Amino acid sequence: MDNECSSLTIAQIARKLNQGEASSRDLTERYLDRIGAVDAKVRAFLRVTPESALAQADTADSARREGREGPLLGVPLGLKDILCTQGELTTCGSKMLGDYRPPYDATAVAKLRAAGAVFLGKLNMDEFAMGSSCEHSAYHPTANPWDLGRIPGGSSGGSAAAVAVGECPAALGTDTGGSIRQPAAHCGVVGLKPTYGRVSRYGLVAFASSLDQIGPMTRTIEDAAILLGVLAGHDPLDSTSAPVETPDFTASLGREIKGLRVGLPKETFVEGLDPEVEQAVRRAVEALAGLGAEIIEISLPHTEYAVAVYYICCTAEASSNLARYDGAQYGYRATGTDNIIDMYTRTRSEGFGEEVKRRIMLGTYVLSAGFYDAYYNKALKARTLIKRDFERAFDRVDLIATPTSPTVAFKQGEKLDDPLKMYLSDIFTIPANLAGLPGLSLPCGFNGEGLPIGLQLMAPAFEEARLLQAAHAYEQSQGWWKERPEIAETGGTR
Amino acid sequence: MNWETVIGFEVHCELMTASKVWCGCSTAFGQAPNTQVCPICLGMPGVLPVLNRRAMELSMRAALALNCAITRDAQFERKNYYYPDLPKNYQISQLRKNLGVDGWFELPTDDGAKRIGIHNVHLEEDAGKNIHPDDPGADYSLVDLNRAGTPLLEIVTEPDLRSAAEAETLMKAMKNLLEYTEVSDCNMHEGRLRFELNISVRPEGSQTLGTKVEVKNLNSIRVALKCIEVEQHRQIAELEAGGRVVQETRLWDETTGRTRSMRTKEVAHDYRYFPDPDLVQMEIDDAWIDRVRAENPELPEARRNRFITNFGLSEYDAGVLTAQKAMADYYECAVAAHQNPKAVGNWIMTEALRWLGEDADREFEDYPIPAQGLAELVKLIDDGTISGKIAKEVYKGMMAGEGAPGEIVKARGLVQITDASTIDPIVTEVIANNPDAVAKIKAGKERAVGALVGQVMKATRGKANPKLVNELILEKIKD
Amino acid sequence: MNQFTREQVRHVALLSRLEFTDEQADAFADQLGRILEYVDKLNELDTEDVEPTSHALALTNVMREDKNRPSLSNAETLANAPQAEAGCFRVPPIIQEQ
Ligand SMILES: [Mg+2]
Ligand SMILES: [Zn+2]
Repeated sequence: MDNECSSLTIAQIARKLNQGEASSRDLTERYLDRIGAVDAKVRAFLRVTPESALAQADTADSARREGREGPLLGVPLGLKDILCTQGELTTCGSKMLGDYRPPYDATAVAKLRAAGAVFLGKLNMDEFAMGSSCEHSAYHPTANPWDLGRIPGGSSGGSAAAVAVGECPAALGTDTGGSIRQPAAHCGVVGLKPTYGRVSRYGLVAFASSLDQIGPMTRTIEDAAILLGVLAGHDPLDSTSAPVETPDFTASLGREIKGLRVGLPKETFVEGLDPEVEQAVRRAVEALAGLGAEIIEISLPHTEYAVAVYYICCTAEASSNLARYDGAQYGYRATGTDNIIDMYTRTRSEGFGEEVKRRIMLGTYVLSAGFYDAYYNKALKARTLIKRDFERAFDRVDLIATPTSPTVAFKQGEKLDDPLKMYLSDIFTIPANLAGLPGLSLPCGFNGEGLPIGLQLMAPAFEEARLLQAAHAYEQSQGWWKERPEIAETGGTR
Repeated sequence: MNWETVIGFEVHCELMTASKVWCGCSTAFGQAPNTQVCPICLGMPGVLPVLNRRAMELSMRAALALNCAITRDAQFERKNYYYPDLPKNYQISQLRKNLGVDGWFELPTDDGAKRIGIHNVHLEEDAGKNIHPDDPGADYSLVDLNRAGTPLLEIVTEPDLRSAAEAETLMKAMKNLLEYTEVSDCNMHEGRLRFELNISVRPEGSQTLGTKVEVKNLNSIRVALKCIEVEQHRQIAELEAGGRVVQETRLWDETTGRTRSMRTKEVAHDYRYFPDPDLVQMEIDDAWIDRVRAENPELPEARRNRFITNFGLSEYDAGVLTAQKAMADYYECAVAAHQNPKAVGNWIMTEALRWLGEDADREFEDYPIPAQGLAELVKLIDDGTISGKIAKEVYKGMMAGEGAPGEIVKARGLVQITDASTIDPIVTEVIANNPDAVAKIKAGKERAVGALVGQVMKATRGKANPKLVNELILEKIKD
Repeated sequence: MNQFTREQVRHVALLSRLEFTDEQADAFADQLGRILEYVDKLNELDTEDVEPTSHALALTNVMREDKNRPSLSNAETLANAPQAEAGCFRVPPIIQEQ
């Protein structure tokens, strides 16, 4: 039963609960056991909250007895530790917020709560979501379940690893430049970054406000559709939340994709792309063609500038967003300072890790007097060009396919010394954030060492249903999602 | 050498909204520290701002009243600096696309109206308050964030003022305009209206501007004027001694009556403004502007004309009574309670204005007598309950906080004696004691009756109805 | 090639309220210099007539009505405060006179 539990999807859990085969308490206990059994190795969780989880499970069970239903009622989930949970620690993987308990719930969290979900705990991440490896957590790194010596990707590495290893059927991640999709690819799970504005950012601790989005990380496309349906919707607390209708994202699943035009950017297959990744992605595209999709070569000519634009925009916004961590009202405060400026400086120097400091410094520099036009405004203009590339491309195609990451998961410590090299590995995921488009990563095979490879699909703004429909068709035709890491098969025995 | 002083203002006023500019917290003044705060105005991790429509529209109203062009694609930017009263360590403000630009303000001067340029009008958020503990030895500070996030309008004038007198007119007229448009209640005691000024001097006739100094911490118009006097002399003395004026920000020090250089460890000033990604672009169309314009409350000129037509006031009186919105409101309120517009107006223009003039820091809003009270006082005169003379006494009691005029009259036994049988014996006695005066009256010199009336009034301690006394005396003498 | 000096690092650090040892500052100068060299590739682009995009989604005029919503209690407000006194946040002295 433990192993079975660890491979369940949200849809399967909902069926079990509806048919009375299991209670939410049973399932929650089993997931907690599972975490107890494997998390010492994977270290996906920063904190497990068994008491509140079991209480939520009991509430869900009694609600169900009273006739309430719902796709998430009683379903255990994990949350990235960047989402505010009222009264519960929310650290963003930083020493700076080591003891911080928000007085409110993020809108996404409140929606899951209202839907009756059970929160197992908070998941590890690169500090303030800055990083692609989960090695920049102030607490501990997370391992990739497929190879414990490798990184799970980041920044939502804890979420991806936990889903891959079956510590929870699904989790929430956040994505600023690929932080949902890249770890999903590296851990062999599904990760969806919705259209900017689809899911409220209220209560998502900001890294780069114009790029951040919350999204589901799941084992299957169907689960991603179910979760997105709950998370999406206009929020009056977020000025950048889009006033658009939320469709039933599961409705398009199972429909055939005959005639769907899938664009393949010629800029994709360039130097630095791992040949095995290229091969897997080309095979995936062929599979889509086999399902009736029309494959069209397109060009996104400004792709090569995306990383530069991204690292200017995101660091500039971050330098301002993270200014509030100064030890005055909440969070870490350095001791023994005798004036306010010393307190600020010492608090921030002691409370932030290297990568966060690096980005704050870069962001401060590009906004500073004399450089605004040369760097920041120039980047905003280049961002317009990148956006236009997509507008033109989507005149000709319905979806765009690329690899999610140019490589499989790298070894721990491999890129720590070279931040630029680390940044460049986000080349495929960054453009969707810059253009505000939905992007999804799903498993499309393994390399020779048995490490998962991700296929990224992108759609025009608010066309998540189309994205999910195509991804679902591919997923069902291939069955990669059924593959489990060995630790998921063996690690759960009591 | 003769010197010319050049002055410009940065006016900050808190807008008249119920809630803060980005969140729903109250903007009320004087509450217990940190009780009007929420995650948003505390700048907690993950929160987002949502613009208060009324704050936006009041700002537009002010920009229009100051003849500004409205920037159709106005935007909000972040001004980044570290200070404990600013919980996010950035202030949401405007810079590259200010809401209103290139306006002007008509300043009444002795030589007619003078146009003062308005460089820009923009909407931003107020900061909280840093408190230094009472204990002078305390080695710490306290922070109260109740005020943080209160909508704040900033009006930046061109350096078009040339004297303290012009500066005074500007401050008063600007305050009046903001009050009239109901953009702000401009209560300076509560810091809802604040002036910062920049000042420079140059040789008379020179066309180039001298080095300017900015001065902060001016909490009243009186202080601002004193500061101008002091600062212009400091700069002139500096230049005449062969020195130069340093471009800097100085603080007004009320205890020394001087400005002093702001000594801070902070050397780097680089606000790194950039568009706030949490707030969306504005798109202001004609329809919106027209709607805001239509909602504009009655302005001073319109009100003056209405006072002339409706209340039969002279142009001069109407002008005085509408020169301050609070006074005009007060006047209308009093007239509504007792319909004698002329007498009510006279009381305000003599007594209330005298009170106001006694102390330069006084504001009409703080006038101790409520409009209802003044109306009641005039009514007591009009219906003959008290004489005009007694009314002066009652007024003093009202100023001393003894209560409503009716209560004072009762408590002090000041009700006018209108009963002839009570006055009669006193009149008889006075006539008997003053044969000379009586003779004069009989000889036709009726003006001599005044002396007799005075004696009766004195005997009744002013309470007798003088008209009645007059009649009784004449009646008795003619008998 | 290194656009960044130790002094520049110090200046940006001051603006960022961060402090570094000389060694750290030099490492930062090197890393930031290389990142900046990389982002200089944007200068290849002609952006003369291009409007900047500061928001991913082009929404306009998002506003709320001027209505009060409940504030936090003073206790909730100060619950995360490192130091509090008299209902206020307590911090080291703000103005260093002289
Ligand atoms: Mg300002
Ligand atoms: Zn608030």
